[in-house]
This record gives sequence, C-alpha cells and structure tokens, in this order.
Amino acid sequence: MLKTKEVEFNYDNQMFFKFQNIDLNSNENLLIIGESGVGKTTLMHLLAGLLKSNSGSIKLFDKELNQMSSYQLDSFRKNNIGIVFQRPHFVNSLTVKENLQLAQYIANKNDNTRIESILKNLNIFEKSNKKTNQLSQGEKQRVSIALAIVNSPKLILADEPTSSLDDNNCSKVIKLLKKQATDFGAQLIVITHDSRLKKHFKKSIEL
Amino acid sequence: MNIFKLSIKNIFNKPLSSSISLALLVLGVGIISLLLQLNTLIKDQMDNNLRGIDMVVGAKGSPLQLILSSVYHIDSPTGNISLAEAETISNNRMVGSSIKILYGDNYKGFRIVGAEKKFIELYKGVIKEGKDWDNPYEVLVGSKVYEKLKINLGDELISSHGLRETGQSHDEGTFKVVGLLKPSNSVIDQLIITSPQSVWDIHETHDHDEHENENEHEHEHEHEHEHDNREITAMLIKFKSPMNIIQFPRQINENTNLQAAVPSYEISRLFKLFGFGIETLSYLAYLIIIVSGFSLFINLFNSMRERKYEMALIRTLGASRFQLSTMIIFESLVLTISGFILGLLFSRFGVMFVSSLMEESINYNLNSLKILNEEYWLLGLSVLIGVVSSLIPAIQVYKMNISKILADA
Repeated sequence: MLKTKEVEFNYDNQMFFKFQNIDLNSNENLLIIGESGVGKTTLMHLLAGLLKSNSGSIKLFDKELNQMSSYQLDSFRKNNIGIVFQRPHFVNSLTVKENLQLAQYIANKNDNTRIESILKNLNIFEKSNKKTNQLSQGEKQRVSIALAIVNSPKLILADEPTSSLDDNNCSKVIKLLKKQATDFGAQLIVITHDSRLKKHFKKSIEL
Repeated sequence: MNIFKLSIKNIFNKPLSSSISLALLVLGVGIISLLLQLNTLIKDQMDNNLRGIDMVVGAKGSPLQLILSSVYHIDSPTGNISLAEAETISNNRMVGSSIKILYGDNYKGFRIVGAEKKFIELYKGVIKEGKDWDNPYEVLVGSKVYEKLKINLGDELISSHGLRETGQSHDEGTFKVVGLLKPSNSVIDQLIITSPQSVWDIHETHDHDEHENENEHEHEHEHEHEHDNREITAMLIKFKSPMNIIQFPRQINENTNLQAAVPSYEISRLFKLFGFGIETLSYLAYLIIIVSGFSLFINLFNSMRERKYEMALIRTLGASRFQLSTMIIFESLVLTISGFILGLLFSRFGVMFVSSLMEESINYNLNSLKILNEEYWLLGLSVLIGVVSSLIPAIQVYKMNISKILADA
C-alpha cells in the first residue's frame, strides 16, 4: 500500500534528509519514531503530498506522488488522506459541525448523518454548534480527529498526536485514533518522538 | 457549506474591521450617487418645466432672476413691464406664440399668477374638478396647493400682496376657486392661476384705496389712462424659427428698455456654477472610495496572517490554491457589493430628505428612484475596488507554502 524508495529531501540546500525505505501492506498500522531534527515532519509532509521530494519514489495506493502536479496532489489528498496535526487547526469563523461540512464540501461530499455519527462516536456531538475556540484542549483534539476522518480516508496521518499529553491521556488518544481507524476502515501512520507509543504498534520504524 | 458561505462567515467573524471598510465605501458610493441623483432630478425638473420656451421678456435686471421667477416661479420677479411694449414684441413677425403672465399676490405662500389660458395649455394642465375661469376673481388651483392647503371647489381665498406669506392682505382680493387641476408634474402644480384681468383689477382697487383721500379730479384722470398704464410681469415667447434665438434677444436688449433672457442658456450657466461644487464634492467621495479600498486591503492582509493556519488546514483538506484565492476575493467582493447596495439606499434616503426640504422651502418636489447609468459605473467601480484590494492577499494565499506554515506551528 505504501512503498518508499531512496527518498531524499533538502531545504534550500541547507538541510539534507535521506529517508529509509518504507514498505507497508494494506491493513497494517505504522509507527514512525525519531528524535527531533531527523525530519519527521518533513517525511509526513512528503507522504501527505504537501512537499515533493528531490529524488526517490513514494508510491501510495499504487500512485507515484512525485509524478503528480500540485492540483493532482490536492485532489489525491482529499480523496485518500486524513491528517491529524500536532496542534489542532480549525476555521475559527465556523462551528464544529460547519468545519466538518466544509471538509466534506471540499471533497464534493455532503453527508450530515456521517458527521453526526462521527461526532457521536468521538463523544462531542453536543458541541456540534459551538465555535472551535470555545472547546477544551481534549475536545479540540477530538474535533481534529473528526476532521481527519470525515471524508472516509484510506490513510490517516498523525503528527505528534500525543507529545503534550500525560501518560493517561496519551494512551487514551492513541487508542481513540486506532479505534477510529478501525471503525471507519482506514490505516493509521503515526509519526512521533514519543516512545510511549511503541507498545501500541506491531510495526514501527526508527528514523 | 461552500466557499461563498465561508466568505460570509469570515466577514461576520470580524465585524469591527469589516464594518469600517464597509462604512467608508457606503459613504463614498452614497455621496456620489446622491450627487448624481440630485443633479439629474433637478436638471430633469428644470428641463421639464422649460416646455419649449425660447425666450422670456421682462423688466431689466438679472437674466437668471427673470428666468427663475417667470419660468420656474422660485425667485422674485425683476419688475413689471408695460403691456403696450409687450404687445409690440408679441406682434413681431419672428414670434410664434407668446404668453403674458402677471404676479402680484400670493395665498399662504403659493403664488397667484394672472395668465392667459394658453399658459395652462403650455403645461398640459387638465381640470380634475370644476371648470375654467370665466370671470375675474375666479381661479384654478394646482394640485400641490390644494393638497397641502386642503382647498376645495367653491372655497374663497383671501390673497396677500406680494409673493410671500407676510404681505399685506387685500380685503377686496377674494378669489373664488372654480377649478382644481390634475397633477401635471410641472410648475403649475404649485400655482394658483387666474385671468390677467383679476390681477389688474385687484391692484387697481388697491391703488384706489391708497388714493381715496386725494382729490376726485386726479382720480378721474387716472381712470382715463387706465388702459395705457396696465402692466405685466413677463412674457414667455416661442419663436417661429429656432434661428431667431440668436438675433432677437439681442435686438430687444439693445433697442428697448426691456430685458430678454434665453432660459436654456441661463440654466446651463446655473448648472455650470454649481457644477463646480458638485465636482469638488465628488472628488472627495472618490477619495473616500479609494481609502475604503486601502482599508479593505489592510483588513484582508492582516486576516491572511491571522488565518494562515486556517488556510493551511483548508489546503490539507484538499482545497486547491485557486479555491482559497477565490474565497479571499469573494470576501472582498461581498463587502464591496453590499457597500454599493447600502450606498444606493443611503442616497435614496438622501434624495427623499432633500426633496422634503425643497418642498418646504420652494415647493419643488423631486421624486424618482430609478437607477442611473452612472450608478452602474459605480457598481463597476465597487467591484473593481473589491478585486484590486483583494488581489495581493489572494496571490499570497495562492503562493502560500503550507508545509512551511504547518512545520512552524
């Protein structure tokens, strides 16, 4: 499902990253773990099609990302990938529900029952009509998970989802992510420096 | 949810900065539109009342004053001229038709005009109720006069001397209302019209009163010359050929002690005079519109910075660069187009206000709320301001490096 080969990336000829090859089958989750500065975020952006590598190949769902145009990447992303960011971001002028509707609109979808079922599943249905800046940190994290899965992606990419959480919450969040992935039939790739997550994944690589 | 709705939500999310740009635009568009409307309405009203009057003959004085008083009935007359002299001019072969008018009295501020019946035909006056006058002291009343003063058929009106309400009142000057005129959207709506004979008669009795204590002989003498002494205020003239407009007025001004004025010329002179003021004011208004464009630009530019994570998020959700840039331009256009619409509303209220003021003071009424061609230009200008001020922010969003923004978070 995901196959990378000799992927290299450099920022303005200053920082140079060479990533090890990844080979992930369907129905597998993956933990990518590494210290700060080894290019974790860069790798995630490469996998999400937000950046293009300088050389090498990234094959995701049998598509070669390096050969796609920026427009094709946007379109590929909205159909296949959901992203959970380290710090949740929302459109502040919209409510929780409207944020999810916007995500659906971008992917040419319109399915309020799905929005309801996701929000119920994440236990934040009663916050549907709240503006996102009225939510607590935990609620924000759950809404950002909802945003990542609302368009039924085949792959969920999570960037440091647990780095600022205590042990208890860390384990809660990762379980929640795994559950959502299984519930909605998606694969999960978590990129982190948080070694506490190792025990939750069968497959992991170290950068 | 769609991009357009999102733009509107974004505008309402920042009510303060949005409303400042909006208010500036409303002010700019409103002032220009108000000036355009008033200019057009006054010009229309003036042209409408011109009715092909080529020349006005009256006493020497300001030509503009002569036109304003005898064509538009809004200024004092320059004086009176003798009927005999007026007759000489109206018998000239260049004159197609002429109408003599006389002033003297008013009823509660509305002018009583003595005029030949052709005067009513000139303004296409139609009698709504009652009949034409047959005898002296019988009057026809214009629509605005009877509506405002609640005058009915058969009422008796006691006039006051002069053209203002405060004049001395004649006891004998009692007019009988024999007819009410339909609204004609012209000057006769605000006039009370009677036969020239009525005006001559009333002022004769008036003179009579003053001379009552003087000796009989002199009084008799005055009566003998009554016919020669009759005066009129002005004469409205149409030429046989439009060519005469160049030569004939000059002849009169040079060779007689009368004054001839050409309305179309005087009115364009008047518009040139206050056109300067209008022009200055509209430059100011255009400046306000440009400032509103800057304010819009600064708002969008700042909100781009505040919302860069939001933009990055929308991009990672799969929106294209183009969709995001469109959203920014939409936001700007929603503001400028609503600014334009509110500006037009503002100007319409302005017109209604000015119109009510004018009706109070000079009995003129402006009523027309149609959209002028120049206002379509204003719409174009508003859209242009909207696009131009959002262009740089939109390009910035288009070129945004989402990966870098997200990595800095």
